Amino acid sequence: MDQVEAVFREERGRLLAALARRFGDLDLAEEVTSEAIEAALTRWPVDGVPPNPGGWLMTTARRKAVDRLRRDQVYAAKLAILQVEADRPAPQAVGDELPDERLQLFFTCAHPALAPEDRGALTLRCLAGLTTPEVARAFLVPTATMAKRIVRAKQKIREARIPFRVPGPDELPERLPGVLQVIYSVFTEGYAASSGPYLQRLDLAEEAIRLARILHRLLPDEREVAGLLALMLLVHARRDARSGPAGEIVLLEDQDRSRWDQDAIAEGRSLVVAALTGGPAGPYAVQAAIAALHDEAADFASTDWAQIVQLYDVLLDLDPSPVIALNRAAAIALRDGPQTGLDLLDELAGEPRLRDYHPFALARADLLHRLDRLPEATAAYRRALELAGSEPERAHVRDRLTELEQTEAHGDRV
Amino acid sequence: MKYMLLINAGELDPQNAPVGCEPEDWMRFDKEITDAGVVVASESLADLVTATRVQVANDGKRTVTDGPFAETREVLGGFYVIDVPDLDVALDWAAKCPGSRGGGSVVVRPVAEF
Repeated sequence: MDQVEAVFREERGRLLAALARRFGDLDLAEEVTSEAIEAALTRWPVDGVPPNPGGWLMTTARRKAVDRLRRDQVYAAKLAILQVEADRPAPQAVGDELPDERLQLFFTCAHPALAPEDRGALTLRCLAGLTTPEVARAFLVPTATMAKRIVRAKQKIREARIPFRVPGPDELPERLPGVLQVIYSVFTEGYAASSGPYLQRLDLAEEAIRLARILHRLLPDEREVAGLLALMLLVHARRDARSGPAGEIVLLEDQDRSRWDQDAIAEGRSLVVAALTGGPAGPYAVQAAIAALHDEAADFASTDWAQIVQLYDVLLDLDPSPVIALNRAAAIALRDGPQTGLDLLDELAGEPRLRDYHPFALARADLLHRLDRLPEATAAYRRALELAGSEPERAHVRDRLTELEQTEAHGDRV
Repeated sequence: MKYMLLINAGELDPQNAPVGCEPEDWMRFDKEITDAGVVVASESLADLVTATRVQVANDGKRTVTDGPFAETREVLGGFYVIDVPDLDVALDWAAKCPGSRGGGSVVVRPVAEF
């Protein structure tokens, strides 16, 4: 049964997208999508799989939607768009496949008129086909809270009439980054859980990659989509080496590189090439290129820091954010030595976004440590400990502190 | 679908006129949106010093007070009600409205349908 449902997962998103567009209502679309899939699960094993499964599902779902609206005239009146639907011919499936209208749904779920925290949830629910409890688990909130958020977001889509449409070519440059941001935020949430006991929530990272793959198929010429998919694959390739058996953090410099996923790296690298070719590179493509350089290095020492710094310069130009400036400073410290890196960090210390930012505190502590400024390093690690969000992050800083205390006690450096 | 565009003035100059947009900008916008045939109603509100607040208590007693005066930085200065197909179109008009510039903002509210 689970296997059959897994087959339907991809189909569910397509069906939902097509129905949401016809009826302008996600609730109705979800309801009849589920009913049509249930009907298929009951009927197909008995009657055999129809010659055009996608068309069968679409026809069944659409009929159920029309029935539902006939039964509930008040609801139907709310969806003024039904008037349009009644006059329109039934959507025709092309060959065995439904017309793919998921792109519209991507833009609706990531619409800037929705609360930022709801966009990722809605995208996982509607396009990745996760259930509400699964989405709630993914974001570490109670199911009831997540259900409320999803209901609120769907209500806004319906009542403010956020359209199910793909922005025109003139709007796309403004709207596409919003969709990419939603997918990337799902990924980063999975990659470094912002709170809780586990460092990585792999399923969420994998869902983000799956969503980016769908988007890449729908928009093959958008190089930033390729860039985002590349970035996620190249980072995700290191997943098995990133944490130790007890869930502890293993830094890039200490990772067993033989455990990196070479298939993901190869796929990511070929996507990076596409993302960087044919015009000025976007921020995801540049970040992917940086990740590719890390993945290509045989070991930490032979990493091409000079080129990484150059790429950070480009990135900082595209997106002058203090977080990127921090990463650039860390790369410069590896190219030119810890003192140069520390000087750069001290210049950034006044940035409000970095003041309570754990990676900033940790980077500063590490550089002070490398410079043998031990009392300052201790204070900086204590600050990093206060700011750490997940248990493995805290454990990592505690290990560093212990190491420092031992160094000081023995009066020599390890 | 009808949407109300609530125009909140941003920074005001000493003459209480919004900073950053000239009367010609408003006239141009008003002509454009009127010519598009989407305007259901629109008004510009008189200066806030002319405002009067009315409240009726549970016992039916009426209280009339001068004001309110601007306690927040943004002050409702006018509105349009437009009839357009969806939120994206309404947001496009809001972005064209001079009231969205110079620190001002336009809040887009769908009109409830019963």
